[in-house]
Formats: sequence, structure tokens, C-alpha cells
Amino acid sequence: MSTIVEALIALSLVVSGIFGLVGSYGLVKLTNTLQRLHAPTKATTLGVGGVLVASMIYFYAKTGYLSIHELLISVFLLLTAPITANFIAKTYMATSLKDSDLPDSQSSSGWSIYDEPPASRPGSGSVQ
Amino acid sequence: MLKRLIPHPFLSLTLVFVWLALVNKFTLGNLLLGMLFGIIIPMLTAPYWPDRPKIRRPLKGFEYVLIVLWDIVVANIQVAAIILFKREKNIHSQWIVVPLDVTSAEAITVLAGTITMTPGTVSAMLSADGGSILVHCLHTDDPDSVRDEIKTRYERRLKEIFQ
Repeated sequence: MSTIVEALIALSLVVSGIFGLVGSYGLVKLTNTLQRLHAPTKATTLGVGGVLVASMIYFYAKTGYLSIHELLISVFLLLTAPITANFIAKTYMATSLKDSDLPDSQSSSGWSIYDEPPASRPGSGSVQ
Repeated sequence: MLKRLIPHPFLSLTLVFVWLALVNKFTLGNLLLGMLFGIIIPMLTAPYWPDRPKIRRPLKGFEYVLIVLWDIVVANIQVAAIILFKREKNIHSQWIVVPLDVTSAEAITVLAGTITMTPGTVSAMLSADGGSILVHCLHTDDPDSVRDEIKTRYERRLKEIFQ
């Protein structure tokens, strides 16, 4: 394996390590639950992404085949991370916030965990 | 007939590709097995997909994916910078309400996911009628510009793709 390839792999591993560390530090530093939500959903995506890139380069240099598993992992990660964040945010709001703590919805009904959906639109448009 | 056999062509195609990627080796047997999954799984799950999303312009979808991927990288760096270099009392978190023009459940889902993955924002909740979305912003002094960026950068493109 050439030095350039090794340097590339090392670089992506270091970058991913830094972002993972910053994400974890964010959990400690930020105090509000909703602020804390930002650290793991973002910083960690690039953290894991870096490891996956390193893995792809390594196996391509070693075997000559491009491994697609890493791409799949990142796709699944990108699809699931927002859903986790959304669930945590909703749970937090349901337990700790009142309707009056939130801004007005600027729409005909209120926010979905405090208000019933209008009866006229069963199942359409609303994903809740 | 073909419509009954393959009610969701995009889903079937995705399943074939995901299966081939999972086994990580392209052989005729794997392709046939993937096609079998591509036919059976949409049939079994068809009741959960009552309305098929109309994807008008798939090419725009690729452009959207590339933009979002780039924004995710930028988002990571921005959030890392805020965490590392801003004092706690200087981080101004706010709620932002974004009124929605897109109406289909699929488009709203993609938009909510995009908002969570991109610069400093997490989508928290929809209004009960799906007419607006509540976004939590980690740090901003100008909520209106954040709202406008979400609307012009992502929602406008999703509208072109889905409607």
C-alpha cells in the first residue's frame, strides 16, 4: 500500500475521531436538552462517515474491489438519524414543555402533540 | 397486470439494488433473488402505501441529494465550531416556525429529515394539519433568514421533485 493511500486513510480516521470527540463534548457542555440534541445528530454523522470512508479506501487498496457495504451503512445512518432526533425532541416536549412555551403554529391547527388533526383530511398530508 | 405485479416500481428497484449491495457480489443468482424480493416485499407491504408519491423529476432528486450531502458536511463543521468556540451564554437557541407549501406526506418527511441533518437545525414537530413545521435552531440571531433559506434551498426543490 502506498504512502499516499495510508495518509488518506489516516486523515479520514483522525477527522472522524475529532468529530466524534466534539459531539461527545457537546453533550457535556450544552445544558438544554434540545441543544444537546444538535451535537449527536450532526457531529457524529461525519464522525462515522470518516470511518466508513477510511474503510472503503483501505479495502479498495487491499483487494481492488470497491466495497458497497460502507455506502449502505451511511445511507441507513442518514435515514435513521433524523427520526431518532425527532422522537427524542417529541418525547422531551411531551414531558417538559407546554403548548404556551412554543411559538404559534401560523396554521389552522396547533402543534400535533397538543392538538387533534382536522377531521376533514384523514391520512393525507399529515405524517403524524 | 404489470401494475398489480409491481405496484411500486421505485421501491422494487431500490430493493434489488440494496440486496445486491448487501451481498456485495454480483451474480445471476443474487440478481434473481433480489428481483424476487423486489416483487414480494412491495406486494406484502402495499396496504401501508395507499398513495404512491408522484416523482415528477427524478434527476432533480440526484441534485437534491448532492446538495444535502454537501450541507451535511458544512453542518458538521458549523456545529462543531459552535460547540468548541462559543461560550454557553452566547449560544442563542430559538424556535423557528416554517409554514409549508408542500402537502404530500413523503415530501414533508424528506424535508423534516433534511432540516435535521443540515446546519444547526432540528425539526421537532408538525402542526396537526401538516401546514407548518417547528424547527429548533442551535444558534441564530436572524431566525427569518434561516426560515427563508429552508424554504428556498430545500422546499422549493422538493416541490419541483414531488409535485
